[in-house]
Amino acid sequence: MNNLLEAQSVSKKFGDFTALNNVSISVEKGSIFGLLGPNGAGKTTLIRIINQITMPDKGQVLLDGEPLQRHHIQNIGYLPEERGLYKTMKVGEQALYLAQLKGLDKAEAKKRLHEWFERLEIGDWWNKKIQELSKGMAQKIQFVVTVLHQPKLLIFDEPFSGFDPINADIIKNEILRLREDGATVIFSTHRMESVEELCDHIALIHKSNKILDGNLNAIKRQYKSNTFEVGITTDNASELQRSLSEKFIVSPAEFKTLNNELKLNVKLSEKESANQLLNYLTTKGEVSHFLEVIPSASDIFIQAVKNN
Amino acid sequence: MNHLPLIIKREYITKVRNKAFIIMTFMSPLIMIALFSLVAYLSQLNNTKQKSITVLDESGQIESIFTDKETVKYTILKGVTLENAKAIVEEQESYGLLYISGFKNRVGTTDEVKKRNVDVKFYSSETPSLSIISGLETKVEDRLKEMNLQDKGVNQITIKNAEVDININQENFTGEKTSKEGSVVKLIFGGAAGYLLFMFIIIYGNMIMRSVIEEKTSRIIEVIISSVKPIQLMLGKIIGTTLAGITQFGIWLILGSVLMVVASLIFDIDFSQVNTPQQDLMAQAMQNPDANADIQIFINAFFNMPLANLIIAFILFFVSGYLLYSSLYAAIGAAVDNETDTQQFMLPIIMPLILAVYVGGFTVIEDPHGTVATVFSFIPFTSPVVMLMRIPFGVPIWQQVLSLLILIGTFIFTIWMASKIYRVGILMYGKKPTYKELLKWIKY
Repeated sequence: MNNLLEAQSVSKKFGDFTALNNVSISVEKGSIFGLLGPNGAGKTTLIRIINQITMPDKGQVLLDGEPLQRHHIQNIGYLPEERGLYKTMKVGEQALYLAQLKGLDKAEAKKRLHEWFERLEIGDWWNKKIQELSKGMAQKIQFVVTVLHQPKLLIFDEPFSGFDPINADIIKNEILRLREDGATVIFSTHRMESVEELCDHIALIHKSNKILDGNLNAIKRQYKSNTFEVGITTDNASELQRSLSEKFIVSPAEFKTLNNELKLNVKLSEKESANQLLNYLTTKGEVSHFLEVIPSASDIFIQAVKNN
Repeated sequence: MNHLPLIIKREYITKVRNKAFIIMTFMSPLIMIALFSLVAYLSQLNNTKQKSITVLDESGQIESIFTDKETVKYTILKGVTLENAKAIVEEQESYGLLYISGFKNRVGTTDEVKKRNVDVKFYSSETPSLSIISGLETKVEDRLKEMNLQDKGVNQITIKNAEVDININQENFTGEKTSKEGSVVKLIFGGAAGYLLFMFIIIYGNMIMRSVIEEKTSRIIEVIISSVKPIQLMLGKIIGTTLAGITQFGIWLILGSVLMVVASLIFDIDFSQVNTPQQDLMAQAMQNPDANADIQIFINAFFNMPLANLIIAFILFFVSGYLLYSSLYAAIGAAVDNETDTQQFMLPIIMPLILAVYVGGFTVIEDPHGTVATVFSFIPFTSPVVMLMRIPFGVPIWQQVLSLLILIGTFIFTIWMASKIYRVGILMYGKKPTYKELLKWIKY
């Protein structure tokens, strides 16, 4: 069994509203899985079902091949999007309490907390109350509390919100480090650049249905349009553009160059290869730029949602 | 995995460490005692001041009853007109002028109904106190009645001799003796138990509600319930807060009694001077010829109560009644986002509680085993308060057990219902739910 988590045909209704309709996902061990979707698509409901906060109407969720049970909550660390801490409780006490709720014993929790606090250089916050900390500081505590019990599965819902770029980077590296230590991560966000950076695999949920699922690179290959950015220096630019337009679909392109080249996006049909285009271009002028246009996660997101 | 003790511990510790809680705990008895002392002091002040009342009696036969008392001094005017008397009284610092007209002609057509009568008026610069007016009325009425009887040929000695004082000795069929004093003791115990429960529910139910709302507004709730079941969290909250409440009540009790003793020693205030309705009742009950045996009777009455039954029933009804209401408070807390939104849902909770206290206060005193008191001691939302008030008067065990079973059944049902609302509500933000939506949540 190579999948840590499998959701099988999960459906959930709230009254007349269908929050999830027959959604299945498989999260490979040791991967970072991006769970994407517009607001209100049903991501949070799915995450809550995995956390046993909500029960599915139909379908089941397997963790390590076993149907979810109460004791599995020790194996999951969950950072919800709607998060917070007890404002009047001291940082250390609060972290200890939350760790104990996850089944850690007090001494072990204390040891690990001190390690984490030292690494993140927040050791002197131990006796402060949460209300004395800034939002970003509290988020750091929250992150530590989420991962402290060393769960097999980590679920982060918008983990970077509330962080400045420096701290966001620290947290990103901590997530990558945790993955290296063997954790599997489910990652839900609207920030597509962090999806590009982190995710191996994505699933896109739209209006309660899963509309896209797969390895990020495979999806990109699937969504690429066989389009190439071309930069060429030629004596007769308009003549070249006209002749290209006869063969291919051509549109103006924007990218940075040093000289005053002709910049075009050239879309090839499925039969034509990049080499054919390149060979043709070399006969017309000096090619300085030739790049396949790879769709970004954001492009894929927008296109997939539009198509539905 | 059972997290309940952990949750209870956290709830308890954060509650008792809270500054507002500590201040409340230690300041409330001080404030209470201070207020109480003030009232006691003021009422003493009021009592010691002698009021002077001027009397002008044109009939000449009634003025003899106005003899000076500790609290009132009478000045009797003679041979002045009403106008002059008014002027005199207005000049002096007199409380007021009591004017009694001359005897009016005997009214009535036949001899049988003819009687003496007078017009009585009271002139004063300020509205006179009700007790003084009714005291004067009684005096004049008594005197006229006496004179009317004399007119019919009944003399005063005959009337005096005809008076009989009856004190009913009460005994039940098993031979247990009871008395009016006993009833008063029972009333005090029952009333105290019922009222205590009422206060406890209001104070600590609100505290539970606030603490649920706090978890929602600080958005920690989702973190917590990804680790524990909502019902565990809810029960932990209720129990933790209750323990904090018991701690606070305990401190209040100890501190209160210590301060009471200290205050009465320092300021020499006699707290028995503060008249409460209960004390009036007790005083009435004590007005019997064997007053010297009073204390013995009270002690007997105390031990004549079904004490073991009382204590066990108190604990059982108190706990189940409190849990019933506090689970509702927790559900309300979960359903709303902030305290201002709670009002709409508070009414259905407060209503039966107040009803219980009123039913307890009026019907149990009147007739502890009457239909109204009995019925309300079975309805689960009023039964804890009403039953606690009834028990000192001796309620058959089967009634107590039945009422308790109904209460526990309802309590399990409300806990279940509240936990459903709680489970859905704690993750709902934004709009205030309607009753219809709450009903839907229960069905999820």
